[in-house]
Amino acid sequence: MYTPHTQSDIEQMLETVGVPTLEALLRVPDAVALKRRLDLPEALPETLLVERLNAYALQNKALGHTSFLGAGAYRHYCPPVVGSLAMRGEFLTAYTPYQAEVSQGYLQAIYEWQTYVCLLTGLDIANASVYDGATALAEGAIMAVNATGRRAILVSKAVHPNYRAVLRTYAHGMELEVEELPLAADGTTDVAKLDAKLADKRFAAVALQSPNFFGAIDVPGAAARAALASSGTIPIAVVAEAMSLGALAPPAAWGAQIAVGEAQSFGVAVAYGGPYVGFIAAGTEHMRRIPGRLVGRTVDGEGRPAYTLTLQAREQHIRREKATSNICTNQAHCALIATIYLAALGASGLRRCATLNVERAHALAERVARVPGFTRAFSAPSFNEVAIEVPHGMTAGGVLAALQEKRILGGVDLGRWYPEFGRCMLTAATELTTDAEIEQLGRALEAIVAERKEAVRA
Amino acid sequence: MPETPAKETRASEVTRLTNAVTSDVSTGDLRGSTQPAGQVPLIFETGETGRANRYFPNGRSLEEFLPAHVLRGALPLPDNSELEVVRHFTKLSQRTFSIDTGFYPLGSCTMKYNPKVNDAMANLPGFRDLHPFAPDELAQGALAVMYDLQSYLAELFGMAQFSLNPAAGAHAELAALLIAKAHFAKRGTSKERTTVIVPDTAHGTNPASAAMVGYKVVSLKSDARGRVGVEDLRAVLGPDTAVCMMTNPNTLGLFEDRIHEIAAAVHEAGGLMYYDGANANALMGNARPGDMGFDLMHLNLHKTFSIPHGGGGAGHGPVGVAEHLVEFLPTPVVTRRTGGEQPAYALDFERPASIGPMRSFWSNFAHAVRALTYILANGGEGLGEISRLAVLNANYLRVKLRDVLEIPYDEVCRHEFVASAQPLKRATGVRALDIAKALLDRGFHAPTIYFPLLVPECLMIEPTETESKETLDAFAATLRAIVEAARTDPESVTEAPVRTLVGRLDETRAARQPNLRWS
Repeated sequence: MYTPHTQSDIEQMLETVGVPTLEALLRVPDAVALKRRLDLPEALPETLLVERLNAYALQNKALGHTSFLGAGAYRHYCPPVVGSLAMRGEFLTAYTPYQAEVSQGYLQAIYEWQTYVCLLTGLDIANASVYDGATALAEGAIMAVNATGRRAILVSKAVHPNYRAVLRTYAHGMELEVEELPLAADGTTDVAKLDAKLADKRFAAVALQSPNFFGAIDVPGAAARAALASSGTIPIAVVAEAMSLGALAPPAAWGAQIAVGEAQSFGVAVAYGGPYVGFIAAGTEHMRRIPGRLVGRTVDGEGRPAYTLTLQAREQHIRREKATSNICTNQAHCALIATIYLAALGASGLRRCATLNVERAHALAERVARVPGFTRAFSAPSFNEVAIEVPHGMTAGGVLAALQEKRILGGVDLGRWYPEFGRCMLTAATELTTDAEIEQLGRALEAIVAERKEAVRA
Repeated sequence: MPETPAKETRASEVTRLTNAVTSDVSTGDLRGSTQPAGQVPLIFETGETGRANRYFPNGRSLEEFLPAHVLRGALPLPDNSELEVVRHFTKLSQRTFSIDTGFYPLGSCTMKYNPKVNDAMANLPGFRDLHPFAPDELAQGALAVMYDLQSYLAELFGMAQFSLNPAAGAHAELAALLIAKAHFAKRGTSKERTTVIVPDTAHGTNPASAAMVGYKVVSLKSDARGRVGVEDLRAVLGPDTAVCMMTNPNTLGLFEDRIHEIAAAVHEAGGLMYYDGANANALMGNARPGDMGFDLMHLNLHKTFSIPHGGGGAGHGPVGVAEHLVEFLPTPVVTRRTGGEQPAYALDFERPASIGPMRSFWSNFAHAVRALTYILANGGEGLGEISRLAVLNANYLRVKLRDVLEIPYDEVCRHEFVASAQPLKRATGVRALDIAKALLDRGFHAPTIYFPLLVPECLMIEPTETESKETLDAFAATLRAIVEAARTDPESVTEAPVRTLVGRLDETRAARQPNLRWS
C-alpha cells in the first residue's frame, strides 16, 4: 500500500483525533453506504505483480513482427540519454510548477520547449502543450473561432481521419460547423476552388496537414495563399509527423497563422497510443487566445532572471466558465522528453534523422514498385510514408492480412476511412527501417502475388 | 593563533543563521531538499554549431529526393555534446521540487508516492513499443490491460462502465458533458436543458468544461456547514437543469452527507448527477459514487491511482457512466468476447450513439498500465485501507494545527481540510501566500492556497496516506514556527522565500511584457 503507518502510529493518531477506529472516520449515511464486499483482486507482492504484468505484455504478439505502421504514430530511435534524464524522479514526480521559486528547473525546461516549437514552426509563440495532435487541432480551431467570431471550420480530407473525428466531437459540443475540402488526384488537397469556397467569409479557419495523411507534402500554392489572405480565414497547419520539421519548410513559410501538431516522434514511445504530446504555435496576435499553460521569463524582487507560469487570466482556475479552454493537466512530461530529445540531437542530428526518413521511405517505395502490380497511389512528393496501390483484383485489407501471416505489419488499410481507396495501403519507413526489412516486405509481396496467381490457376 | 576563534565565530554565526530558517524543529532530513544555487544558462546559449552527437549513419542529402522549394532553409537549433545535455537537464532537475524530494501538502491534488514498479511495468517493451494500429489479435495484452482496468474502476466506483479514452480530468469532464448533451438530445430536450449547476466549492475546470459544451453555469453557494443545501439546490432546479456537477467529499474536505437527497432532487427535476473524481482518494473502496446516485463521473488516475504528475501531465482521466448512458461513451470502447479458448478483446468503433473520439488514439495507455499495476499491488482491501489512512493523516494534521491556524470547519474531515490565515492576517498582516512562501524556505511545498474561494486566506491541505507521522509532525511544527515568527517578526515571513533559487517573482511584468521564448 506504500503506507508507512505502524499499528502503534495508527493508535496514537486515532487517539489524537479522538476517534476510536479508522472505519469511524469514514462513516457515511446508511442510504449510501457500501453494502457488500467489492469484487476486486487480492493484493499481489511485487514478485508476483511483475510476473502478472509481464504476462499481459507477452500477449502483445505484434512485437515479433516487422512493422511499417505509421499513420500518426511513429517508431523512431530515441537515444538512451533522453529516458535516463527524463525519468529522474525530480521531473517525473513534480506537480505543475505553480510555486515558481522551487520549480525553476522545470519551468525553464518548458520555456525551452516553447522555444523549440517556435523555432521549428517558424511562429512567434507556443504553449506548454496540449493532450495530442487531434486535440491540438480542435483547440486551434476554437482559437480561430474566438478570433474571427465565425462558426465554421474548413478541413482538408487529407488531414488525419482521427484528428477530423475529434474535431467533429468538439465542434458538436460547441455547435460549430465542419466542412471538408476534397482531394486532388496527386494525393494533395484540392485547393483549386478555395477562392469560391471562402468568398462568403463563413469560415473561421482552414486546416491543412503536411505531410498529409497519405504522406504527401501538401502546402497551398500562391493562388490558394492569396485566397486565404483576402478572406480573413485563419490558415491552420497540422503537423502529425513532427520529424518532418527537421527537413521541410516550416508552416510559417506558407502563411500558417496557427500550427498544431503531434510531437510523439521526438522521443516519446508509441505505447499503444499515449500519452503523446500536442503542440500549438501561433502568431503573437493570438497570445491571449492560446489555450493551456504558458511559461514566461521575468525577474524576481532582486532582478534575477526567473521563469513563471504566466497569462493565467486565460485559464480555468482563474476565469472558470470564461476561460479560453478547460485544459488543466497537459502533457508536460512528454514535452520534457521531446525537449531533451531535441537538445541531444541538435540541428545536425534532427536534420540527419529527418533526411534518413525520406531516404528510407524512397527506398521502400522503389522496392515495392518493383513488385508486379504494385504502384505508388499518388504522385506528390512524400516525407516518410507512401500510399501503395495493390494490384487489381486484390484489396489492401487482403494484402495486409496476407503480410501478417508472414509476420509483417505492412501498414494501414486506407479503405478503413476512404472507401474509394480500398486498394490502397499506407506504409511508413523511418530511420530504423533497414534494407533487410524493406527486402523482406518486397519478397513477401512478390510471394503473395505468386500465391494468388497459383490460386487463380487452380 | 588569533584567527581560530574568529573562524569559529563565523562558522557558528552561519550555523545560527541557517538554523533560524531551516531548523525551527529538529526534523532531520524529513524536510524537502534544498536546491543548489546558481542560474542555469538556456540550452540555446550553450553548445557550438556542428558539435554533433553521432546517433545516425551518414547518408545522402535531401536534395536528391525532394524539390528544393519544399525544403527548410536554416534549422536554428543548438548543437550540444551529450555531456552538456546531461549536465543541463540534471541541473534543471535539481532545481525542481518533487514528491521524490519532499512533502507536498497540496489540497485536491493527491500528491502521493508514485511507486517505481509502475514506471518499470509501463516501460516493458511489450507495452512501450506496441503501435496503436497493431491489429487487435496482436494486441490482446494491451486490450486486456484496458479492459481489466475499466472493469475494476467500474466495480470500485459503482458505475456500469468506464472509458479510458479521455486524457485528463478536464478532458473527461468535457466527455461527460457531451454524453449528457447526447442523452438529452435523444430525449428531445437538449434545447430546454441548458443549465449546469456547480457548487462554489467546485474545481475551476467544472464551469470551464460546461462552457465548452455551451451550457450556462449556475453557481450554488455552500451553506453554513460548508455543504450544498438541499433547499438552496431545489431553488435553482428546474426544467432547464441538465447536470449538477459535484465532488464528494467537497474541496473543504467535507462529506456531503445529504448526497442521496441531493441526487433524488436532481433526478426528480430530470437532471443528471456528475461526480468530479478529483477527491476519490477520500472514499475509494469505502463508498461508491454510483451508490450515491451519480450518473456520470471521471477519475484522475494521476491523483488517486499514483500515476506521476510529471510536472503537470500527462494525466489520465477515465469517464464512467451508469447503465442508461453507456451507449454514448466515446469511441473506441474495449469489448471482451468469451466462448473461445481464451477471451478475445477488441476495439469497438461501431457505436452509432457515441459522442465520438476525444483524442488521436485510444487512451493514455502507458498510464493505464501504471494504474492497473497499482490496483493489483494493493488489491481491493488495500485500496480501501489507503483511503482510510489518507483520511487519518488529514484528520491528524487538522487536530495538530487547531491552535496554529483557524480551522473554519473543524469537524472530522476526509482526505483534506482547509485552514484560514484570516485572523493571523488581521493581527500581523501575514497572509496565506506568505505562509506558503515561508514553507518553501523550510523545504516543504506549499498547500493549495486561496482555494476554495469561499474561505478567506485559505490554505487547503491534503497530506495523502503515503506520508509518515514523523513528516506530519515536522510539517505541523514548521507551520507553528512560521506563525510564531509572524507574530514576533512578521517581515521575516512576508519576505520569504529567501533561501530558494529566486525570490518572489515579478508576475505583473511577466504578464504585461510577456517573454514566452528565447530569441
